[in-house]
Amino acid sequence: MTAAIRLEGLGKRYVLGRALDPHRTAREALVDAMSGAVRATASLLRRTAPTTGDDAFWALRDVSFDVPHGEALGLIGGNGAGKSTLLKLLTRITAPTAGRATIQGRVGSLLEVGTGFHPDLTGRENVFLNGAILGMRRDEVARKFDEIVAFAEVERFIDTPVKRYSSGMYLRLAFAVAAHLEPEVLLVDEVLAVGDAAFQAKCLGKMGDVTAEGRTVVFVSHNLDAIQRLCRRAVLLEGGRVVDAGRADEVVRGYLTRQLRRPSPAEWLDVSGLRRRGSGGARFAAVRFTTGEPALDGHPYPLGPLELQLEIDAAEGRSVSSLAVVIRDVGGTNLVNADIAAAEQTLRLEAGRNVVTLRIDSLYLNPGEYTVDLWVGDGGPTGLDYVESAFQLLVLDPRPAGTGPSLVVTGLVPCALRASVASGSMREGVRESSTAGSGGVDPRGAGR
Amino acid sequence: MIEPPTGRPSLGLGELWAYRELLYFITWRDIKVRYKQTALGASWAIIQPLLTMVVFSLFFGNLAKVPSDGVPYPLFSFVALVPWTFFANGLTQSANSVVASQQLVTKVYFPRLAIPIATVLSGAIDFVLAFVVLLGLMAAYGVAPTAHALLIVPLLLLAFVASLGVGLWLAALNVQYRDVRYAVPFLTQLWLFATPIAYPSSLLAEPWRTLYGLNPMVGVVEGYRWALLGAGSPPGRMVLMSCVAALVVLIGGILYFRRMEQTFADVI
Repeated sequence: MTAAIRLEGLGKRYVLGRALDPHRTAREALVDAMSGAVRATASLLRRTAPTTGDDAFWALRDVSFDVPHGEALGLIGGNGAGKSTLLKLLTRITAPTAGRATIQGRVGSLLEVGTGFHPDLTGRENVFLNGAILGMRRDEVARKFDEIVAFAEVERFIDTPVKRYSSGMYLRLAFAVAAHLEPEVLLVDEVLAVGDAAFQAKCLGKMGDVTAEGRTVVFVSHNLDAIQRLCRRAVLLEGGRVVDAGRADEVVRGYLTRQLRRPSPAEWLDVSGLRRRGSGGARFAAVRFTTGEPALDGHPYPLGPLELQLEIDAAEGRSVSSLAVVIRDVGGTNLVNADIAAAEQTLRLEAGRNVVTLRIDSLYLNPGEYTVDLWVGDGGPTGLDYVESAFQLLVLDPRPAGTGPSLVVTGLVPCALRASVASGSMREGVRESSTAGSGGVDPRGAGR
Repeated sequence: MIEPPTGRPSLGLGELWAYRELLYFITWRDIKVRYKQTALGASWAIIQPLLTMVVFSLFFGNLAKVPSDGVPYPLFSFVALVPWTFFANGLTQSANSVVASQQLVTKVYFPRLAIPIATVLSGAIDFVLAFVVLLGLMAAYGVAPTAHALLIVPLLLLAFVASLGVGLWLAALNVQYRDVRYAVPFLTQLWLFATPIAYPSSLLAEPWRTLYGLNPMVGVVEGYRWALLGAGSPPGRMVLMSCVAALVVLIGGILYFRRMEQTFADVI
């Protein structure tokens, strides 16, 4: 089977001075050009390649992989990993420095919604203009026009200049045009990161349709959940190179464990150098955590225990009334605030180093990635020390990978539950109305 | 197939043809939004050359008594200003066109040549409006167009080629060196006086007059005067010179633009 997209040793090098300084003046360029010419001539004489200097870097290096026809591939990696550069090469927006890529079929790209929208033109005019820019023919746009407008839900305003649109209407129309593009190969970058939740869900649904129709899709996103839902396979980029490729859920999991500041369990993590706030009367120096569960290498799991040890340096002996470990989700929402103040406990810190042990008996967190903040205070408004995002915590799925349901869990937090069944009816002799109101058990929830 | 640029020069006209519909849409957009949210609207297309003509007539025609090949001076200068305005506006706007389309350039692929071409093309609407005024002015002075009047169409094409040729060089340079933005108004001003708009090229003797045709706008302007008003002698050799010069600039411009467009998205 031939691949729809084949990358062979693809690379892109940027020369920092040129790529990052758009305001370089002609005089500087003249000097550079002359020194460059001298260097090039010298290297020609020595029959070697021109030296690149220290100011060149590879945004993408030696990237090779295939995407078979009809497959949806997720592209993940941190900021600056080279994801967007790769898409720009595939869409021919910029040319590669090395290697080559072969793409079979008509390519459509969605690097941004609303590209080329002109504020002074009406919605109708922009649909045609944007369609042409995205590579649709005029009759093709005309044929799908009603569908596009209906999807965007802007029928009433279609002849109004788009600068009078609300930002939501604008985005909906822009996405609607893009969503009705029908290329054989579709390249998508982060377009789902816009709009409200309902709109994002709609976009995601449309993306799902596109992949289900058997078109080849390359999808770049930081939304790992979406990647796992839409893509069967994923490629992880780091520093411009492919570091992992394979099943989407496995690559995502590998990516999560690779992220920075994710200490291994039972290993002391130095936090003394991190940015912090507070008066500084006591400071966190290091932290480690464990669950005492060998099966998951000591990683926490839903409803399991979590024990943290906190090294605190105190300037003088003092009592602290508040000491907390705050666990937030990737969106920044505080999910757990394990504070000794809630237990009305005070701790006595001696001058010098202290080790505080904090144990959470049951961790109500689903598998996923969390950020941990550390806080210590003595009742004052600013607190003694507050380290935001001290480290990342990975909560694992205790079921062996591959056999159970996927990592993607619905519901914000887990709950301890038990279900039982008895044969026959329990309602005999009981009035209908009282059953529904009593007991406190919602029958719809019992099966989950 | 995507590969590193080979450095082999090509004009990329085939690809441009494949994207002709996009070219049409960008031109159409540029025309549509040209005078959006302006009070005077399309009148601007007329005001610009008309006021310049008034100023020229006052200072060069009345005060300095510049000769005008036996044609009323206002008509003499206006017939030159109409194609000149098309050329100068096309040049100025195309020089800024690629930078102004930064959002498009960094987000979508299409032949970048379409941007400056559409920009110059959309100036044709202004030309038509100003030309109507020119016809009115001719009627007012009782000057009938000559039998060669249709030659102004190929001459307009010459102005287009010259405008686009220079515009391409400047547009590509502008992506990397924003100095261009400051140089362009200065350049067009100098060029205005290097072109026989306020004065006739008959002030020069041969062979200098023919050599003067190396400035492509000399051929256009003198061609217009001769074809529409019958002023001066047939500028055949001058126009030929201008055609050669304009084509050289255009082909050089396309090649330079094509070489630079590889890095537009990285540098812009």
